[in-house]
Amino acid sequence: MSAAPPVQTGAVEIDGLTVSYRRRQRLLRVLTDVSFTIKPGEAYGLVGESGCGKTTVAMSLMRYLPPNAVIESGSITFGGDDLLAADERTLRRWRGDRMAMVYQDPGTALNPSIRIGDQIAEVFRFHRGMDKQEAREASAHMVSTVQISDAAGVLRRYPHELSGGQQQRIMFAMALATDPDLLVLDEPTTGLDATVEAEVLDLVENLRDQFNTSILFVSHNLGIVARMCERVGVLYAGRLIEQGNAREVFRDPRHPYTLALLRCVPRLGMRKDTDRLDPIPGSLPALGADMPGCVFADRCPIARDRCVESPPELMPVSDGHMARCFFHEEVPDIPPMAAATQEDAAPVPDEVLLQVSDLVKTYKFSGTEVVAVGGVDVVIKRGEVFGLVGESGSGKTSFAKCIVGLIDVTSGELSFEGMDVSKPAGKRPGEARRRLQMVFQNPDNALNPTHSVRAILRRSLKLLAGVRGRDQQDHQMNDLARSVRLEPRHLDVRPSALSGGLKQRVAIARSFAGSPAMVLCDEPTSALDVSVQAAILNLLVDLQRRQGVSYVFISHDLAVVRYVSDSIGVMYLGKLVDVGSAEQVFASPHHPYTEALLSAIPTFDIDESRPRIKLSGTLPSATDVPSGCPFHTRCPRVLGEICRTEVPPWQEDGERHRYRCHIAPAELEELQKTAPEQAEDVVA
Amino acid sequence: MASVEGSGLEITPAPPAPVLDVRADRRRRRRELFRALVRSKTFIVGAAILIFWVFDAIFWRAIVPHDPLGVDPTGTLKAPSSAHWFGTDNLGRDVFSRVLAGAATVLVIAPAATALGLLGGTTVGLVTGFYRGWVDDVVSRIVDAFLALPLIVMAVLVLASLGRSTLNMILVIGIIFTPLIARTVRSAVLVEREREYVAAARLRGERGIRIMVWEILPNITGPITVEATVRLAYAIFAATTIAFLGLGLQDPSPDWGLQIANGRAYMQVAWWMVIFPAAALATLVVGVNLVADGLKRVVEE
Repeated sequence: MSAAPPVQTGAVEIDGLTVSYRRRQRLLRVLTDVSFTIKPGEAYGLVGESGCGKTTVAMSLMRYLPPNAVIESGSITFGGDDLLAADERTLRRWRGDRMAMVYQDPGTALNPSIRIGDQIAEVFRFHRGMDKQEAREASAHMVSTVQISDAAGVLRRYPHELSGGQQQRIMFAMALATDPDLLVLDEPTTGLDATVEAEVLDLVENLRDQFNTSILFVSHNLGIVARMCERVGVLYAGRLIEQGNAREVFRDPRHPYTLALLRCVPRLGMRKDTDRLDPIPGSLPALGADMPGCVFADRCPIARDRCVESPPELMPVSDGHMARCFFHEEVPDIPPMAAATQEDAAPVPDEVLLQVSDLVKTYKFSGTEVVAVGGVDVVIKRGEVFGLVGESGSGKTSFAKCIVGLIDVTSGELSFEGMDVSKPAGKRPGEARRRLQMVFQNPDNALNPTHSVRAILRRSLKLLAGVRGRDQQDHQMNDLARSVRLEPRHLDVRPSALSGGLKQRVAIARSFAGSPAMVLCDEPTSALDVSVQAAILNLLVDLQRRQGVSYVFISHDLAVVRYVSDSIGVMYLGKLVDVGSAEQVFASPHHPYTEALLSAIPTFDIDESRPRIKLSGTLPSATDVPSGCPFHTRCPRVLGEICRTEVPPWQEDGERHRYRCHIAPAELEELQKTAPEQAEDVVA
Repeated sequence: MASVEGSGLEITPAPPAPVLDVRADRRRRRRELFRALVRSKTFIVGAAILIFWVFDAIFWRAIVPHDPLGVDPTGTLKAPSSAHWFGTDNLGRDVFSRVLAGAATVLVIAPAATALGLLGGTTVGLVTGFYRGWVDDVVSRIVDAFLALPLIVMAVLVLASLGRSTLNMILVIGIIFTPLIARTVRSAVLVEREREYVAAARLRGERGIRIMVWEILPNITGPITVEATVRLAYAIFAATTIAFLGLGLQDPSPDWGLQIANGRAYMQVAWWMVIFPAAALATLVVGVNLVADGLKRVVEE
């Protein structure tokens, strides 16, 4: 498309980049001596946990750093030009013209008051000097390039009228409008559902073939980077600690941190009964911390005196593969850190703990009725972990809130330990509140920022466990804190002084104050980094085994749900469509929706044989649930008229597994051996 | 932590992260807030003006060069001079001394009225914002109706019927402020009540009053503080306006509003009778507004 490109278009060379942020007259180092290159047409992945400097690299490359950032040394060359020397006017032309960025949240990156078409056309008019008519045509072409079928319609709409996936497609359309040489993607799929994420990643792959742009792909998700990128760099505490061919790095990591990162993520097939997750001990060094030696030394299982004294250089492992570790040859032999000991499970009687019959929850918004939960029946046994999965908007959280009594139930019966719990929490007997608790998604939000941890826990001990008297409370508090592995010094601080993982421990301690029989965990680890997630999952599993507690465990991460759950329910548009033991739900035959969810998981265990299933269209609105089978609008295995008109029956597959579909188990199992035939790349 | 076989080394444990206790944390926050305020020029200028007037309101007896009530039939309507910096009024009283003394009444009425409005407004705002439902509907409609009335006219009516006194002025301004402050507090509560720590409090069976006062209130002190300073400026205006209309303090009190009202008739021959008390009022209101702006910016950060 672009005419006569100079020799090394798109090539990026970052050399010795050192960036600090100025905060109160102090310079806090965020990036130290980061060097890497992106070859023309190559996708380079940058991974690491939050706070390691990924986004700062991306922003440096776009020269979008905040005003308090100082580039202390280093150089960035882009297609032969010195990027750091360019003035603001040149940069404005380059951004969009030669390089473009797609952000994490498309909802805030688009201007809400301008039509999509005008926003894209603006790019053509500014960078290509087109007139209105030309720009309009170019925009329409661009929108169809990012695989939006109803291009004309979408161009007329405002951003809020599009789904998250469509918005992100539009961002790609705008970024690619001028055929840039470099595309910077900063967590482009992090806010999206798994099925939409898979679509967007497919799109990126397609676009790469079409446009031959270089890509810097920033993500915390190793699976996505493994799938998308040829080469990968791992950042830790502002230093590039390992770099190389993506497959090689993930298959044979040579830095203890990379190894630890790979080990702490639950993979599909791991079970809480047999495998223990391997968290990374300690925490990321504070910004600006003075570390004379290796930045990872204090968390590293093979660190020696030398590591603390002098900083290791990037050492070559093999061709193109480098690791910043003196002892990179020993890394493959590092044993798993987590003790293999399993807590003895508390004996649990085989009895029904929670029975939910025909639970319905509807909301009314100015006359229209929205069905959040549309008739769910579930039986959960004592000591059982029930995993609940589904896309956002499927009613998972409404279901959980009905059970704990945070919202009114519209109709249906809920019986918990023989008590009727269909009333909101305030009207339930104290015993029901004590025995039925919840852990929320975001610990920042769930702990009152103005109270100390001690005050927060004391209140729960008093109300839930009925412990009176300060001495008595403090005594119990120590036990409670110990059970979630909080140290006494953590008790007398406010939540803001604690890391995300510690905050979530406090929230877990709070819900366990009154020895509950059931705890609802609503995405308890999705706000946390993977290494912390591992520790929290281990803790939840330990507590569950030791105390014989049941969980309803909600998560969008199927590997996590599979890891902790005994049985699993899959929700779609407020209805359960697939229920059964964890193994059965994850294995064929299962509901076509479950099949699609599973196939959307990006993993670093690269498995070429797995058929990819693409869902067409977007989640229908809950105000207008499709007739017949609610999934028929997107189902790749739709049979025909029957799916549109008749509500499918429950199909029994074995003793404890049933799913709602018109296709019988034997037939479905046969079908699911191969991917469904699908029209390529048509997305409404 | 594990040690690695064969490497023969001890692994050094991670150094404990610096954890502050609650009191040190509070001190640190306060210090940070203070530093941010000191760095704000707006705040510093406003605070300087405000401190000047507060100092004056307390110690005016010691600073005034003349008795603010001292009548001098021989020296009426004298232009500003070295003897009378701001001139004299129609009764020969020293305008400079009267301006200095006039701050005292305003700086009692305005803060007291603001405090009253804050108490009422916070209570109403917490209850309506937290309970929503019919309580909110009913109270919010009453608040709307209240806001639709011209405030000064209402104040004048009430004071005319209740009788004029400092206490009545405080009550009237305070009550007028209640719905205004309630609206701000309510909107802050609406945001906080959706946070999950409130849900957690419900799940452990906290009573409504406890959630409002113990959980929510400490988290909305920022907007309440800002609202208080903004209201203080309005209260100063309101108190002076009421005095100007003749429903506040009576002659010979050196109230600014009263001085402006009296001076109005002499505007052609003795502009200083109006200009100086008016300028004093303006600086005080500007000072309070600057403080409000500075605080607002710091709180919002």
